[in-house]
Amino acid sequence: MRVPTEWLLQYCDPHLEVAEIARRLTMTGTKVEAIHHHGVGEQDRFLVGRILKVRPHPAADRLQVCEVDLGAARADGPATIVCGAPNVAAGQAVAIALPGAVMPDGGTLKQAKLRGVRSEGMILSAEELNIGPNDGGILVLADQPGPGTRLSQVLPIATEVLELEVTPNRPDCLAIYGVARELHAATSAPLSRPPWQEDEGSAGELDAVAVKVACPELCPRFTARVFEEVEVGPSPLWLAARLIAAGQRPINNVVDITNYVMLLTGQPMHAFDLDEVAGSQLTVRCARDGETLVTLDGERRTLSAKMVVIDDASGPTSLAGVMGGGRSEVRGHTRRVLMEAASWDGPSIHATSSALGLRSEASARFEKGLAPEQCMHAQAVAAHLMRVVCKARLLPGTLDICEPLPPPLRLRLRGARLRSILGVDVARERQVEILRSLDFEVHACGEDLEVTVPPQRRGDVSREADLIEEVARIDGLERLPATLPARRGAYGLLSPSQRLRRRVQDALVGAGLFEVVGWTFCSRSAVEQLTLDRARTHDWSTRAVEVENPLSEEQSLLRPTLLRSLLCSAAHNAVRGMRDLRLFEVGTVFMRDGAGEQEATGVESSVVAQQTGVLERRSLGVLLHGAVRPESWRERQQEEADFYALKGVMEAIGAALHIGGDVLRCEPFTGEGQPFLHPLRAGEVICANRSIGWIGELHPRALLDGLGGCAAMELDFDALIDVALAHAAERRHLDLISFPELRRDIAVVLPAEVPAERVRSAVLSAEGPRRSLLQDVRIFDVYSGPQIGEGRRSLALSLSFRAAARTLSEQDVAPVLAKIVAQLEALGGQLRG
Amino acid sequence: MRELTEKARAEIAAAGSSAQLEQVRVRYLGRRAELPLLLRGVAQLPPEQRAEVGRQANLARRDLEALIAERMETLAVGEMQGRLAADAIDVTLPGSPTVPVGRLHVLTQTTRELEDIFLGLGFTVLEGPEVETVHYNFDALNHGKTHPARARTDTFYLSNEVVLRTHTSPMQIRAMEAHPPPLYVVIPGRVFRPDSDATHTPQFHQIEGLAVDEDITLADLKGTLLAFARAVFGDERQVRLRPHFFPFTEPSVEVDVSCFQCSGSGSMRDGSRCALCKGEGWLEVLGAGEVDPNVYSAVPDTERNAPGYDPEKVQGYAWGMGIERIAMLKHGIPDLRLYFENDLRFLGQFG
Repeated sequence: MRVPTEWLLQYCDPHLEVAEIARRLTMTGTKVEAIHHHGVGEQDRFLVGRILKVRPHPAADRLQVCEVDLGAARADGPATIVCGAPNVAAGQAVAIALPGAVMPDGGTLKQAKLRGVRSEGMILSAEELNIGPNDGGILVLADQPGPGTRLSQVLPIATEVLELEVTPNRPDCLAIYGVARELHAATSAPLSRPPWQEDEGSAGELDAVAVKVACPELCPRFTARVFEEVEVGPSPLWLAARLIAAGQRPINNVVDITNYVMLLTGQPMHAFDLDEVAGSQLTVRCARDGETLVTLDGERRTLSAKMVVIDDASGPTSLAGVMGGGRSEVRGHTRRVLMEAASWDGPSIHATSSALGLRSEASARFEKGLAPEQCMHAQAVAAHLMRVVCKARLLPGTLDICEPLPPPLRLRLRGARLRSILGVDVARERQVEILRSLDFEVHACGEDLEVTVPPQRRGDVSREADLIEEVARIDGLERLPATLPARRGAYGLLSPSQRLRRRVQDALVGAGLFEVVGWTFCSRSAVEQLTLDRARTHDWSTRAVEVENPLSEEQSLLRPTLLRSLLCSAAHNAVRGMRDLRLFEVGTVFMRDGAGEQEATGVESSVVAQQTGVLERRSLGVLLHGAVRPESWRERQQEEADFYALKGVMEAIGAALHIGGDVLRCEPFTGEGQPFLHPLRAGEVICANRSIGWIGELHPRALLDGLGGCAAMELDFDALIDVALAHAAERRHLDLISFPELRRDIAVVLPAEVPAERVRSAVLSAEGPRRSLLQDVRIFDVYSGPQIGEGRRSLALSLSFRAAARTLSEQDVAPVLAKIVAQLEALGGQLRG
Repeated sequence: MRELTEKARAEIAAAGSSAQLEQVRVRYLGRRAELPLLLRGVAQLPPEQRAEVGRQANLARRDLEALIAERMETLAVGEMQGRLAADAIDVTLPGSPTVPVGRLHVLTQTTRELEDIFLGLGFTVLEGPEVETVHYNFDALNHGKTHPARARTDTFYLSNEVVLRTHTSPMQIRAMEAHPPPLYVVIPGRVFRPDSDATHTPQFHQIEGLAVDEDITLADLKGTLLAFARAVFGDERQVRLRPHFFPFTEPSVEVDVSCFQCSGSGSMRDGSRCALCKGEGWLEVLGAGEVDPNVYSAVPDTERNAPGYDPEKVQGYAWGMGIERIAMLKHGIPDLRLYFENDLRFLGQFG
């Protein structure tokens, strides 16, 4: 909402600087986004001049040279000004800009020579002053102000304009008078009586037009008046200038009056050329599906049954509350005008304007809900302006089809409640003063106040809490002390899982990884690229969640995996020359919640998933690319990040969470695996005997442009944390210090296809279901070669033994070692050396 | 004997290394060397000569031992110097890389910082779903049926009833459904709105605060946010509450923090306008207010959770702020899109 201060101060003038007015409005809830200067600058360079003589320019047919009297403002006689306007003539009082004047577009006028003749200024048109439309000539001041008079004294050539951010609950502030009321409340400066106080019109029957409202629930009030002998023409400059300053384009005086009234009172109006209203009758009704209407902007609109139209005898003529129709618009030849001010159902207008993508000043006000009482405010102001501006004659009577007006809303404001919500006391007299300044009726009632809400605030103020806000915002929130709540029983602590999630992130950072934050959105084709084969129906591809109204095809799905955003982040860096990448991401992945969910993914459907139909999981993704360590002058070639480098990261996560190799481990895929992984250099991540994700080198076809080989993994972060929490809960102190451990290294030759993990678990189970001495088995060397034989490999194992209450001897571990050897032999193994 | 000691002295002085000196020592003072033999032979001398010869020989031996020790020390110092000189390196060459340094994302860093501030103030941290129902995202938060935020231009819809949450506020309702009052929680998380330019990305992050008890006032909101502002932006900061409108708070306020670049004056020392606050002296940081009574009424009062959010009995405040915005202000990050490009040259500066 643009509010010219020149207009605003007519109703409430606190005699403050504009910046201070803006501050007061802002601090009481009507935020001033900006203060614009509208119109000219250097106002003393704009004067009234009187044209003494006009002679043709010696060198140009279209230009004339004028001698202009500037009165006392110029000591050395008349000024010479070259002018190109066809209507310039001796004897005219005109608007002059002198060199140094700043024009409305910000340009500064300079002394100029036009075809050899020096011009000492410029004779202005209304358009050049930005106070009226282009009428083809210079502005002639009809009431002949004296030469040398400052132009700002006779024309509204400059004003400050406040650009307000009006919140949707305050349609009453989409009106100059409404803002004036706010300014009155904020500053206590007097407020003029409402401009609709005096109504030149009369109530009673109006015969000139017949109106029927077929849908009163969508049109609680419809009022109309008829004007005859209307002289349609351009608006006077004061009116046009205000509209322009407020951001509207003047059209003709009748249309301008409807806009002026709307800006002043907040109530939109519509003017019909009554002679173009077929049958002099109007019907307000719901549209029929598929019906069309040409609106004032020249567009043909297709309507639906939820919209409201105004018909005349030959069909729809106006889209109610949104935009008029072209057929009965007011034009130059119009003589009889029907002035309509109606009240429309807000939600219906909102639905219509959203469905058609058509927003107007009128719909923006109606959709927020206007009070039916406001219709007559608009009629009263319009009646006055139609007479003064258009010399129109108002027919007696007012057509007024009105549902019963809502009863006055009375609320109680408890003093104790006000104090308890705000945390500060506001004197009762001050409460009364504030509420009255905002047009509320107030009666004292013991400690409390009995408050009646004015019609224009009915939509916003309906409860005691709303009254408390009114008092608080005008009284000034600066007055509030800064206190802290009592916080009974409150303690600030991260939950155990939040702490563990932080620990994992910190461990990854400590291992040299960078955290990235990727996009939740991805494209269908990106997901298909990861499944490699379009025809293949992969669970997380077919169950990907779609956005109904995405910003683009690129962002039409919610990611089912973090892999895509990790790859995008990696590619972004790789193509910019950063090739060694160690990235991780924690983020949500999405899938449609389906029947048999638990079987399919091992993840239980949650209450939220049942409400939304979408299963969300917190996921942890890691991607490595390029060298594992930066190269240096001592070690030029660094190892490339491969499966084992990544598995080291996985083990670091396990170590950070105190869940080592027994709990968090990798195994070959039992099922099909993931399509985007190298089929033989990847596996499933198992945590507490359940699959919680995948790890491996990526399939070459899953890579993005600019990326070499990558190793990546993705884990169900919450599942991982849950397991770690369960282990943390069981943790008790063990004495590992009093008695030292005993280590034995052995090497065993086995068939190469026996997985290392199977060897390890065989050794660990050698003592039987309850391990007593053997603590851990670590594989520290793998060897295959001619000495070992084809199809076989040697694993070197480091075994550690410990007893709780004694120091172990060779004799103690010998029987266990024998059992271990037996286990290894059962796997086809042979002890070496 | 004199001859012998003279010769030994010359050889000690001539020894060029500790190894040569050791040979000299063995030759003159070793078990089979001449001087010890001489001493051993004293017994065979006539008694009147014994004492004198013995004394002379002992003197000569001590003399030589001292000379050798002295010479040994000189040689050792030189030899050590030589060895160290051979070990010389260029200390200005770069060191061998340790495990490279990783970084938390600046958004995680900022989120943690905010969480930690409110943990210190006695709040706990909750997280919530990113996909929400219209009920939790709008209806229960007192958004009218025609509230513009519901428009498809302002909200991503998955169906008519399911949306990507446009704010972290739906968790206010879920938190109250799960826990009876008093309640002190902050809720960080990702939110979504269909906007994309230098100042809007379709995803961003917020942190929400909610405190509900019997007597939590607007002044308490001001005090809490003053503590936050000082913790994040410095001890000198002030906060300013400006009336505003949000459907789920009443009264509603926007909260400004005095500008930390110009100390709230709006202009810099050289008289130029402060670029951070654009001369305002204040930075708009968040929206807040007292929880609207209708929001409490939207919390079902079932027998199972019986939370008792009766608007006549409880009151409290809620606030929400943009995490990207806080990080932008703190670190001078110029463009929102930098957060999600994940350029290492950007990420490496934070975390």
